[in-house]
Amino acid sequence: MSLARQNKRQGERIFWLVSLFAIALPLVILGWLLVDVLSDAVQRLSWQFITSYPSRKPENAGILPALVGSIYLIGLTASIALPIGVGAAIFLEEYGRHSRLAGVIEVNIANLAGVPSIIYGLLGLGVFVRALGMGRSLIAGAATMALLVLPMIIMVTREALRTVPMSLREACYGLGSTRWQSIWQVVLPSAFPGILTGAILAISRAIGETAPLVVVGALTYVTFVPDGIDAPFTVLPIQIFNWVSRPQHGFVVNSAAAITVLVCTMLVLNGIAIYLRNRLQQRKAT
Amino acid sequence: MRASEALPMATSEPRGSLKGSLPLGERAIEALLMGCALLTILTTAGILGVLAIETFHFLREVSLAQLLFDSEWTPLFADKHFGIWPLLSGTLLTSLVAIGVALPFGLLAAIFLSELANDRARRTLKPALELLAGIPTIVYGYFALVVITPALQNLIPGLSGFNALSPGIVMGIMIIPMIASLSEDALYAVPNSLREGAYALGASKLPTIFRIVLPSAASGIAAAVILAVSRAIGETMVVAIAAGQQPRLTLDPRVPIQTMTTYIVQVSMGDTPTGTLEYRTIFVVGTLLFLITFLMNVGSYRLARRFRRDT
Amino acid sequence: MASGGSNGKPPKIAAVGLKARFGSNEVVRGVDMQISERTVTAIIGPSGCGKSTLLRTLNRMHELINGATVDGEVLLDGENVYAHEVDPVLLRRRVGMVFQKPNPFPSMSIRQNVLAGLSLTGRAVRAEADAVVEKALKQAALWEEVKDRLDAPGIGLSGGQQQRLCIARALAVEPEVLLMDEPCSALDPIATARIEDLIHVLKERYTIVIVTHNMQQAARVSEHTAFMLHGDLVEFAATNKLFTQPSDRRTEDYITGKFG
Repeated sequence: MSLARQNKRQGERIFWLVSLFAIALPLVILGWLLVDVLSDAVQRLSWQFITSYPSRKPENAGILPALVGSIYLIGLTASIALPIGVGAAIFLEEYGRHSRLAGVIEVNIANLAGVPSIIYGLLGLGVFVRALGMGRSLIAGAATMALLVLPMIIMVTREALRTVPMSLREACYGLGSTRWQSIWQVVLPSAFPGILTGAILAISRAIGETAPLVVVGALTYVTFVPDGIDAPFTVLPIQIFNWVSRPQHGFVVNSAAAITVLVCTMLVLNGIAIYLRNRLQQRKAT
Repeated sequence: MRASEALPMATSEPRGSLKGSLPLGERAIEALLMGCALLTILTTAGILGVLAIETFHFLREVSLAQLLFDSEWTPLFADKHFGIWPLLSGTLLTSLVAIGVALPFGLLAAIFLSELANDRARRTLKPALELLAGIPTIVYGYFALVVITPALQNLIPGLSGFNALSPGIVMGIMIIPMIASLSEDALYAVPNSLREGAYALGASKLPTIFRIVLPSAASGIAAAVILAVSRAIGETMVVAIAAGQQPRLTLDPRVPIQTMTTYIVQVSMGDTPTGTLEYRTIFVVGTLLFLITFLMNVGSYRLARRFRRDT
Repeated sequence: MASGGSNGKPPKIAAVGLKARFGSNEVVRGVDMQISERTVTAIIGPSGCGKSTLLRTLNRMHELINGATVDGEVLLDGENVYAHEVDPVLLRRRVGMVFQKPNPFPSMSIRQNVLAGLSLTGRAVRAEADAVVEKALKQAALWEEVKDRLDAPGIGLSGGQQQRLCIARALAVEPEVLLMDEPCSALDPIATARIEDLIHVLKERYTIVIVTHNMQQAARVSEHTAFMLHGDLVEFAATNKLFTQPSDRRTEDYITGKFG
């Protein structure tokens, strides 16, 4: 029986091409769509667009209240979610490990991560808007979004805490420090780059969230910039939602431009996160 | 002079005792941190509570039988029907289309990355695929309505401006990375000794992948698919923009429908006063949505755990 | 550099100047070895001497590892299996392998496992499948124990039975050479004894090369033994000669337990 090669494994080659195509096709479609958005948006993007208020005429409409609303909302969300999330992560990693309570909380967090975001909106509506009487305000939206991003913040903070070697903690204990002292002065600073990166990534995802805010009552036609945390508000994704639903082509162009602003903001945030992580890790290494 | 007199004393006071419990500050901090962690339990309690209370109030006016046995959903009209099936079928239809797209592409991508690609290809393609998951869903919704639907209308004559096909396809693209990544983990977990056993018998790569590796990874892949379906079921903005607002009991992907999530959006954006029956319907639908996704998530987790245990 | 091949016939399988590397690390350093047909050859040596790697070069499994390379020739019936036009897949159908840890395919039944070598290579034999299964399992001395549950999953058997299943799977393909890489090291003594008995029977039909770290096993089952150390083939001789009157000092040190 000869050992010479037969039919050069054609089947394998074809399959290789097919599966490469399977990865490439969605990416190509995504590229096509992004180019489409950009080509529509380019004509509308301008300083005027960013600084104007919505209007019944698409040429005059702008994203100022939505943009400002997004920024306020994200800032408020972060200031609520970060301390709580980092605190919870510290508890789970440093204090409560292997206890039954920690186990239950962990399972719970894993569950929460899989709950559809619109359910958080219903939660916010029932608890923050109505039961706690916050009304359809910035603070109600921020509280809702904080609960939404909390599981992710906890997970990335725990990851960051885990990268701190046990020997550092032991060194602190050996010198007679208490647990909190060792955490505050050694562990947290050491885990800081990871926590920061994770937080920025979580925030960047939150900027694109729409569904929970629709339910909580972010308005779709807002002609003012929010003037306090109890004020009504809107955010960029909801402005996009509003414009995309209108029949006039001018508004579709507007939504393309707003999408561009949104995606660019997210890219910038992600870029900052990656840059910060590299810089801070370099500094740690020296 | 005696030795003990020659050495100066370090202090003239006695050192602190070794006894004593945790200082108050430490205790308070620990309690505070625990409170942060317990907040997540409160979140779940809040979700369950809100959904249960409003559903309870709803069920005092509308019977469970009406929910289950009516075939129309028109709570906002004068002639009210409360059958949930139209919303369920809308959700089911879009999710099926999504999985129909995501499963073959995601699985092929996973096989490619796990079994065929070299290191350099894997390092560039994996993050590129993750990019698909990073785009906000509202942007995908725009794509579905403004780009995909018109393109499909050229191919399919009967396609209406709002339909289940276009958002379904777009959702499918959106969840490809999820299926690809989780399936790749499952393939990676298959022990190499099985592949070696097949090669030693003179099998080439393709039969080894399809008849040994894939079947061994089957339950891990199934867990991934269930999770992806759960994700598609919970998706809101893509369908809110592109699928329409007409609850309809149908499996035709070319006509407008309404999903559970879209209905909640529709009512939230309208002028429904709080505390009314119509207002409560969004919580009833929310309860259903929560139950379905919860069951699927738990099922997926159990399947994944069994897969890890058996491998 | 030792060589072997004793009874005047051309060797069934031979290594000529064989070298094997992992990256830049040479683990088999120029081996010449000739193995006669229908004999049992054992390869012994301390851990890390290259015996498993040498075995894997014989059926071109070594090169499947990232960064692994082979130089030199391996001749099967005089034909160099490393020649450019040779398809390794076809080679492995003539030279089978049994591994240290039994690896029956978990998604297949006993029956399907035995037939796997044929079904995976597109040679499904629907008509005579039952006969093939029975024959292979009988050759592997497993038939009596599993004949009533051929559709049970392959992984439901004990360790020793699983290994015999893997042997049956390898034999169903009707190879000419059977390579065994420490086939008993994961098994208990009773299962080990059964497989050693099996080898005595199998050698009437197959050429067997067995890597083992157990010298007593080598002495029991093989006719020729090769001793390897640090990638070199130190000595290759008839088994009872190598164990009673080794020519090389290093061989003597090894078999008297002075190291490794």
